[in-house]
Amino acid sequence: MLFFTTCKMAMRNLLANKLRSLLSMLGIIIGVSAVIVMLAVGAGAQARVLEHVTALGSNLIMVMPGQPRSGGVRGGAVETLLPEDAVAMREKVPGIRGLSPVVRGSGQFKYYNRNKQASIMGVNSEYLRIRNFSIDQGRAFTDLEIEQRAKVALLGSDTAKELFGTSPAVREKIKINGQVFQVVGVLKPKGTQGPFSFDDQALVPYTTAMHRMLGTDYLSEIDIQIVEGVKQAEVQIALERLLRLRHKILPEKEDDFNVRNMAEMVAAVTSISQTFTLLLGAVAAISMVVGGIGIMNIMLVTVTERTREIGVRKAIGAQDRDILVQFLLESTVMSSLGGFLGVVAGISIALCSSWVTTFSAVIEFRSGAMALLFAVGVGIFFGFYPARRAAQLDPIDALGRE
Amino acid sequence: MEHVIEISNLVKAYALGGAVVRALDGVSFWVGQGERVAVTGPSGSGKSTLMNILGCLGRPDEGEYLLAGKNVSSLPSSELARVRNRYIGFVFQTFNLLPRLTALENVELPLLYGGIRGSRARAENALETVGLRDRMHHAPNQLSGGQRQRVAIARAIVTDPAILLADEPTGNLDSKTGRDIMALFDELHRQGRTVIMVTHDPGLASLCTRQIHIIDGRIANGVPAGEGN
Ligand SMILES: Nc1ncnc2c1ncn2[C@@H]1O[C@H](COP(=O)(O)OP(=O)(O)OP(=O)(O)O)[C@@H](O)[C@H]1O
Ligand SMILES: [Mg+2]
Repeated sequence: MLFFTTCKMAMRNLLANKLRSLLSMLGIIIGVSAVIVMLAVGAGAQARVLEHVTALGSNLIMVMPGQPRSGGVRGGAVETLLPEDAVAMREKVPGIRGLSPVVRGSGQFKYYNRNKQASIMGVNSEYLRIRNFSIDQGRAFTDLEIEQRAKVALLGSDTAKELFGTSPAVREKIKINGQVFQVVGVLKPKGTQGPFSFDDQALVPYTTAMHRMLGTDYLSEIDIQIVEGVKQAEVQIALERLLRLRHKILPEKEDDFNVRNMAEMVAAVTSISQTFTLLLGAVAAISMVVGGIGIMNIMLVTVTERTREIGVRKAIGAQDRDILVQFLLESTVMSSLGGFLGVVAGISIALCSSWVTTFSAVIEFRSGAMALLFAVGVGIFFGFYPARRAAQLDPIDALGRE
Repeated sequence: MEHVIEISNLVKAYALGGAVVRALDGVSFWVGQGERVAVTGPSGSGKSTLMNILGCLGRPDEGEYLLAGKNVSSLPSSELARVRNRYIGFVFQTFNLLPRLTALENVELPLLYGGIRGSRARAENALETVGLRDRMHHAPNQLSGGQRQRVAIARAIVTDPAILLADEPTGNLDSKTGRDIMALFDELHRQGRTVIMVTHDPGLASLCTRQIHIIDGRIANGVPAGEGN
């Protein structure tokens, strides 16, 4: 009964000072909503990146030239991988389902008066399966075309659209860097990953790319798809051993290539997002503390303003505990209301942002509940000192001298 | 006659910038059940200080205070709060109603703090006694001064306390309203309540069964404690 009346009183006091209550809740509101938004957007981004990484093809291992620690240096910078390495891998390493040498370049595409700059990927016919590409129109390369260094191209969907519009592309002749190629097929759209688009490129036989276009004997990458169920690590070790042998690397020397797999990339993305979450946690903690101080400040003012009320309550028999609970309740109602408004604001902003941008925000029930819980905790923690001050007032002093 | 209040040698001193003010300087008297006592004296003589101690709002520095046979002069503050809730009804000069509560809620509050059941019906009865049943859902600022003081009186009697203390209850009211309030105290006294009241009005004081005149923290009317009637 007393508790109920106290709750009612707390609400009335908050409503009596609407603007003031709102302003003191602002810290909590902003903090909570910022965290909700960032968590939602972060989770959305992570989900999207993972989606793309898996779209690249599961069970994928990539071998790139260059030392392992040189990080994200793209192929071509270092020249160590040879087509013969790829052949040897296929012969000697068990567990390989498919394999494609990759040579990267870029070129000027031309079809009558239409021009387009796009990246060129020299690959073999297995590449499509390894990387989860599928053909929209036409066909893939044949082994014969690869052997003969044929000037044939498979266009990405964007490339095809820009050069041909809606008219059919298959069997048409285009110029790439001045050389005439025949379009044998068009790929289905696959989307973008970061700055890189899968659809804004063209595939040609790697032999053609090496010898007729780029004039190189080296590969930029070898993509390997392993047999389902085979241990990635085992294949990776076998690949490394083979390449060290073939490249005649002395035991104390480092590899001149590096082997990556999708699991590692997923782990990398996850670890980045964990760091991000941790950082957000810190931001949340700081904003909660700031919000808490705001509430403590206003509660101290409230206690001072209502000293006489406290005196009256004590005069009619309120225990110190009753006064403590009353003011704690007020600060807690304020902070949890702030938390609630913050969650509502955060969710609305996240929804709006996913509506406006292409990011789909992922709103987790957990983060909202956590934020609310924290807000309640902040109310109790920062409300305690003012409430205790109120509770410990001497009744005569509080009533004031009349 | 049963003694509701028995005090002996009460001393309360305040340190004021080096000097010590003895607001109460050895006050002793007793009050019997059903008495109506007026406390008079010049301003600053220590009347409010005495009332605060009688109301268990503070403790004396020295001396003993027996309230309904119980020594309350050195109780811990949580016990004092219980004593205030159970045994004492206090009426202030400035009413001291809580502005955000209705009349009824104000009157109900002591019962809630006392954990007493059926508080609502009792609060309504108390308001009935002071003649404000029809105003019970009004907020204090919707009531006149006299009505506010009636609500305050209802709040003081709602717990059926052993003593009713009032420190200049008519001090903030015009004389007509003041007389009405005094009439209400009269009525409460006739119902058998023990009333102790500070007043500056000699006319009002003379209506009481006994007067205690205080000057400079001492009883000055020469009448030995409890022998006035
Ligand atoms: N908290 C205090 N600190 C210091 N001095 C105090 C305090 N309370 C009371 N006094 C002093 O004690 C003396 C008695 O004060 P008290 O309020 O009891 O007088 P009073 O008789 O009620 O006067 P009035 O008729 O004006 O209300 C005064 O001299 C006052 O200055
Ligand atoms: Mg006084």
